[in-house]
Amino acid sequence: MSTAMRNTKVMNRFDLTSRLVAKLKHEEAVIGGIGNTNFDLWAAGHRPQNFYMLGSMGLGFPIALGVALAQPNRRVIALEGDGSLLMQLGSLTTIAALAPKNLTMVVMDNGIYQITGAQPTPAAQVADIVAIAVASGLAHSAWAADEEDFERLIDRSLAEPGPALIGVRIDDKPGVGTTRRDPVQIRERFMLGLNVRQPL
Amino acid sequence: MAVAQEKTSPQMLEEKTLQERTPQENTWHGIVLDTLKHNDVRIIPYVPDRVLTTLIKSLHADPFFTTFATAREEEAVGIVSGAWMGGVRGAVLMQTSGFATLANVLASLAIPYQIPLIMIVSERGTLGEFNYGQSLVCRTMRPVLDSLAMEHHTITRLDELEFIADRSIKQAVTTQAPVALILSPLLTGGKVFDK
Repeated sequence: MSTAMRNTKVMNRFDLTSRLVAKLKHEEAVIGGIGNTNFDLWAAGHRPQNFYMLGSMGLGFPIALGVALAQPNRRVIALEGDGSLLMQLGSLTTIAALAPKNLTMVVMDNGIYQITGAQPTPAAQVADIVAIAVASGLAHSAWAADEEDFERLIDRSLAEPGPALIGVRIDDKPGVGTTRRDPVQIRERFMLGLNVRQPL
Repeated sequence: MAVAQEKTSPQMLEEKTLQERTPQENTWHGIVLDTLKHNDVRIIPYVPDRVLTTLIKSLHADPFFTTFATAREEEAVGIVSGAWMGGVRGAVLMQTSGFATLANVLASLAIPYQIPLIMIVSERGTLGEFNYGQSLVCRTMRPVLDSLAMEHHTITRLDELEFIADRSIKQAVTTQAPVALILSPLLTGGKVFDK
């Protein structure tokens, strides 16, 4: 089952994140996982509906699931690294069981812990994350073959009932920006962006 | 999963005193369920525990709640954190040993982002514990809570349960700080020399 992954193009996280953000026209919520994943979300241009994780590695998808359950009429997109997802593979089964229609997950897979010195993950040479997602019950899971295919899969996931998971192979480049590390402001602005709060 | 909409408003639910409750409602698990409902706490992910079984069954049976199992307690904390930011309150149910997996997520998500995480912990490891590992991991729970200066209460008496749980949930929400409600075997009966 890993053939599909091996044939996919190696892309760039910032480029893909920018392509995704450019498509968001309906105040979709975006959860950026720890490290480079949210750094590139930040660098792609802050939106009020972006949430940036400064810790709790692996909880990108669970946090996005919580937002999706709370706001079933809003699309929620979660961006997560392969190393992060490996910490919470069980969360894929929770998401499959609850089957939120409004959740799209993107796994940025470079096979390394880039930010800690580019050590390979245990999965790098042996596992196929999209196959794991399918086996976890997430039927709408696919590798993006190239940038055009990524955009097509994103369009489809935004238009059709989910949950959907998109795997992308990416290069070993670090994130382009650095998120301002202000957790209270990040959370408060996110809640304003989701219309949960009103400004003072 | 239309959790936010189409549900009963908590204001529509009657507050009942201990004396007015039916025998079923006047149990620790009945009071916990009522208190969650009165405080509009709707999303209940859990990692199961034998002592919590009746509470979990009642939560599943009540459509006011969205109740489901998660693979790890950390995951459940992530879910209720996201739900709260999306405008819906939640609470996580777990056992003592599950709490021991949470130090990182408390210190990197719930506390610094000021999220009113409500944790209900069934206490194993004391008052008749038969598993050495449970008795050891139990000793780490309060030192972790205290080292992070987190609000926590150990509930031992039925007549104090509603007051402590209700006030603690309200305080968590208004001060945007996590709280742990530890259900002692003195309250629940605990789990004794079992298979």
